[in-house]
Amino acid sequence: MADYQLIIVGGGPGGLTAGLYAARARLKTVLLERGVPGGQILNTDWIDNYPGFPDGISGFDLADKMKAQADRFGLEIRNGAEVTGMDLGAASKKIQLADGNEITTQAVILATGARPNILGVPGEKELAAKGVSYCATCDGPFFRDQEIAVVGGGNTAVQEAMFLTRFAKKVTLIHRRDQLRATTILQDQAKANPKIEFLWNSYVKEIRGTNGVEELALRDTEGKESTLAVQGIFVLIGVIPNNEVLPADQLTLKNGFVVTDAEMRTNIPGVMAAGDICSKNVRQIINGAGEGAVAALSAEDYLLEKASEQTC
Amino acid sequence: MAGANVTHLTDADFEATIKSSTPCLVDFWAPWCGPCKAIGPVIEELADSYAGKVVVAKMNVDENPATPGKFGIRAIPTLILFKDGNVVDQVTGAVGKAQIQTMLDRAI
Repeated sequence: MADYQLIIVGGGPGGLTAGLYAARARLKTVLLERGVPGGQILNTDWIDNYPGFPDGISGFDLADKMKAQADRFGLEIRNGAEVTGMDLGAASKKIQLADGNEITTQAVILATGARPNILGVPGEKELAAKGVSYCATCDGPFFRDQEIAVVGGGNTAVQEAMFLTRFAKKVTLIHRRDQLRATTILQDQAKANPKIEFLWNSYVKEIRGTNGVEELALRDTEGKESTLAVQGIFVLIGVIPNNEVLPADQLTLKNGFVVTDAEMRTNIPGVMAAGDICSKNVRQIINGAGEGAVAALSAEDYLLEKASEQTC
Repeated sequence: MAGANVTHLTDADFEATIKSSTPCLVDFWAPWCGPCKAIGPVIEELADSYAGKVVVAKMNVDENPATPGKFGIRAIPTLILFKDGNVVDQVTGAVGKAQIQTMLDRAI
């Protein structure tokens, strides 16, 4: 007999929504979260595109409400539970934890999410938390009346560049193309913001500084090199999958992300996935949460089928 | 009461607290920081379970700008573990309880 009917790995919007559905369906479920629940929305200052909150809501408050809603139905959440490995091949699936324990379950929902991508240039690691940041809402206020740069051209980069103008004297948005990928409304707002300057067709070659960020070495697409004096650089260039603990030999991945069908089932029976770990184009809170709901219902279906096999 | 074992430091009493031979974990935070709020309960739990062995403290960086400036802190939450006035360990971000416990266990 397995310890649980369902284990959810990860406590972002996908995992918390899956947990809500599973708890309401009275599945014996545990959600394992390596840090604290919320996922990447904890790094988001303000969310204006999650329906039901007409005035918007802070990332922290939304995470807190999602957790409270799952709590209301008795979802067991283990904070600080770091998964180190999993074996999903058999009907009884094994999840190994950093504390040495192993728990077994009939079904699994992978909701490990994604994390900010890094530039991978000299100086980035050395000056991390000393002016190199991946979270505008965490670190923006340290740059009051200073000049900073944002790297990226998507929704996150453009939205956070605007947020950063609340503190910084000037924000230079560095993008490797000649136009932004961000949605039109955000582009229009950013272009109308007098504190934002755009540096097109350019990328960061090196981050320089002794005790903190002092300047960026840049190169444009024509090969011309230059420097930009800034005290901070926010790297907002998309995400990479948190797939280190996933069993690569069992699970079908595409570019490191988990491949699912429309019912959020992976190639392994009884293993579903939800949220940013899934291979997809759109990574929004709303579809992460939606996938969590679908994954939990698919898990319920799988468990019912398994149970009927046993009784016949 | 939750949080009863957490010491709230200011620029004025910071030096005296970290000089102690009892390890002191300082959580540099601010009310506008989501990840800081998220790890708040973890810090309170640790303050309870390490009471008497580690001084677990919080410092609001908005109200106390001098100390975070001195340590070059430009990202929060940042946790710094001090012993005898020296920095023993440091981590930035909403890390899990287990990781902080490992940090504390090494110092006591």
